Amino acid sequence: MGKCNCKTAREELAEVIEAYRGQESALIEVLHKAQEIMGYLPRDVQEAVAEGLHVPLNKVYGVVSFYHHFTVEPKGKYQIAVCNGTACYVKGAPAVISGLEEELGIKAGETTKDGKFSLAAVRCLGACSLAPVMTINQKAYGLMNAEKAVEIIKQYE
Amino acid sequence: MIRTLQDLKEFQERQEERLRQQEATTRAQIFVGMGTCGIAAGAQDVYDAICDELKKRNIEDVVVAQTGCIGFCAQEPLAEVNLPGSQKVLYGHVDPEKAREIVAQHIEGGKAVSQWAVNGGGMLAEELQAEAQIVDYNEVPFFKHQVRIALRNCGVINPESLGEYTVRDGYRSLAKVLTEMTPAEVIEEIKKSGLRGRGGGGFSTGTKWDFAHKQPPGQKYIVCNADEGDPGAFMDRSILEGDPHSVVEGMAIGAYAIGANKGYVYCRAEYPIAVKRLNLAISQAKEQGLLGKNIFGTDFEFDLEVRLGAGAFVCGEETALLASIEGERGEPRLRPPYPAVSGLWGKPTIINNVETFANIAPIINKGSGWFGSIGSDNSKGTKVFALAGEINNIGLAEIPMGTTLREVIYDIGGGVPEGKRFKGAQTGGPSGGCIPAEYLDTPIDYDNLAKLGTIMGSGGLIIMAEDTCMVDLARFFLDFTQEESCGKCPPCRVGTTVMLDMLNRIVEGKGEAGDLEKLEELGKNIKAASLCGLGQTAPNPVLSTMRYFREEYEEHVRDKKCRAGVCTALFQYYIIPEKCKRCGICAKVCPVQCISGDRKTPYVIDQDLCIKCGACMEACPFDSIIKR
Repeated sequence: MGKCNCKTAREELAEVIEAYRGQESALIEVLHKAQEIMGYLPRDVQEAVAEGLHVPLNKVYGVVSFYHHFTVEPKGKYQIAVCNGTACYVKGAPAVISGLEEELGIKAGETTKDGKFSLAAVRCLGACSLAPVMTINQKAYGLMNAEKAVEIIKQYE
Repeated sequence: MIRTLQDLKEFQERQEERLRQQEATTRAQIFVGMGTCGIAAGAQDVYDAICDELKKRNIEDVVVAQTGCIGFCAQEPLAEVNLPGSQKVLYGHVDPEKAREIVAQHIEGGKAVSQWAVNGGGMLAEELQAEAQIVDYNEVPFFKHQVRIALRNCGVINPESLGEYTVRDGYRSLAKVLTEMTPAEVIEEIKKSGLRGRGGGGFSTGTKWDFAHKQPPGQKYIVCNADEGDPGAFMDRSILEGDPHSVVEGMAIGAYAIGANKGYVYCRAEYPIAVKRLNLAISQAKEQGLLGKNIFGTDFEFDLEVRLGAGAFVCGEETALLASIEGERGEPRLRPPYPAVSGLWGKPTIINNVETFANIAPIINKGSGWFGSIGSDNSKGTKVFALAGEINNIGLAEIPMGTTLREVIYDIGGGVPEGKRFKGAQTGGPSGGCIPAEYLDTPIDYDNLAKLGTIMGSGGLIIMAEDTCMVDLARFFLDFTQEESCGKCPPCRVGTTVMLDMLNRIVEGKGEAGDLEKLEELGKNIKAASLCGLGQTAPNPVLSTMRYFREEYEEHVRDKKCRAGVCTALFQYYIIPEKCKRCGICAKVCPVQCISGDRKTPYVIDQDLCIKCGACMEACPFDSIIKR
């Protein structure tokens, strides 16, 4: 778990924590906001949240590690998500994922060494008519196959 | 502020007048479907192109607005053009170029572009397209067989307008229950309607409310489960995006019935548009006094808040969901006590699904008798299904209970694409099971699906064709539940892991005699011993596919063959020497150069080097390459 040096983000985070001071049940809300601001949840962020909401650090970490949405590692500049819901799976999502893994030289769940791309196989995005679906930083690309997906990420390099 | 029924009526009239004015003073109205799927398919670009083209042509008397998902996802992006006095036209597969053309021909020229219209030629074979007349939506097969109650406003109104919701009788039911009915009467009415939970369990909604109602007065909560985690189901998202006020109203009625003054909507973080529109609906309702204190001038007070999930499938289970709202790890608790007795922070809590809440206002408005007249004996009303997978008309279909699977797949869904053969349909997602072709004529309701060994679930309906491997599909679902198991109870945590290991071995061609029997026994034990619904249903996809497709399992284990050609370890690409024309295209496209041959000898694949990418089979112009 690394440290983040961005100062304004720090201030923003402090404001969020202050707004929920002592509210134990707001833990997940605060973690959502913290991750939005910081990009990920390194140890020092978790400590700040624990202190602010008056919950033990182990509980904060317990929650962070339980939910898939939270991450303790920084993500790539471009976050690629390939939907691996049933409809996408039946229509060929596994081939899209392996094509991208080969192109980027990483496995799903990892980030490239230059910090440019991270790749994830995610749960149903609910856009089944476009199956298989891939998103890059929330922008959706539908009816994918391995070649198309590789072509698209080349536009981001 | 809306303080009385009279206020609501006046508010509604003002909105109707506004819409009439709008229609009278404009040349046309254009609505672009802007649900998640519409936007993903490019609806924003279409919207921008329409506005831009109108501006270029100096056309100012046209209203362009967004609407929710009309449910015909396969045709996204969708745009509806409404010229006063003529049939509405629904354009499918619109792109910016088509959008500009539609503005030119339809808006300026006054003539619909029939061949792009879903209710015109757009659904016909190419040679018939140009001739086709524009017809009423209800003549289009996809819509014709549907009865829309929960989806009544989706794609019809602007989801960001409270006014348009009231024009469709919105909040009338809330006014009625608060001013004319006692909580017990509301519960009685819901019980009589026969409404059962649409989230999967199928428990009587009225009976559930009664449990909480009968708890001593004091703090109670009502919760909407919008953690739609079943992969391939997206009706709840569509309702939240297309008609958020229907959920707010349903929850307020439920809160009044059980005596709650606080509600939460627990929504997936993966649904940002749904969250945004729901929050907007809540703030609009607060502004008008439809949420807050003294609603409709009564003592009833109700406040609503959205809580976000964080990507844990188990949180769709009601007790895990409650733990998550409390800010804890989403681990289920032992029941009883049921949440209706001891739920959020130990207080009586009712949890219903989005679609269930969307059904409440129409039941109050039109009466339990009307609702009870739709559907089959023990399953009343309608159910929304998300048609996906190998089917032509991917989208949301709301059908009366008791409709047969065949009608859903062929009449509404338009059948399986590319002439493939239907193999099975998966209902209930990772907790459900499959229905093979021989049961296509079974009327769909809670009881019939249970008899077939599957469940209604939340309404995901994934269609599979002959090239889907049932063993691999079961492995896919188990891979899902194994990863999503919260780990609290060993039968689920360890059991699903062991089952998955066995299935992985089987699809890799390392299955052994006796594996199938072990899988079956283990599955039954996991079902019996797990703590919550996730574990209790996790083996279902395996047990159900084994029940109907046992032969395929046996082929995998015994013959090391995958007839669908999906499990890469269990088939080879093979060039039929007699059919090979020796053109060499296959060898050129092969990424690992494992195909050899020349003008005189047929080409051959070196099986040791082949990575089974399938490029050669796709490239062969003579169909000389097969999987075997």
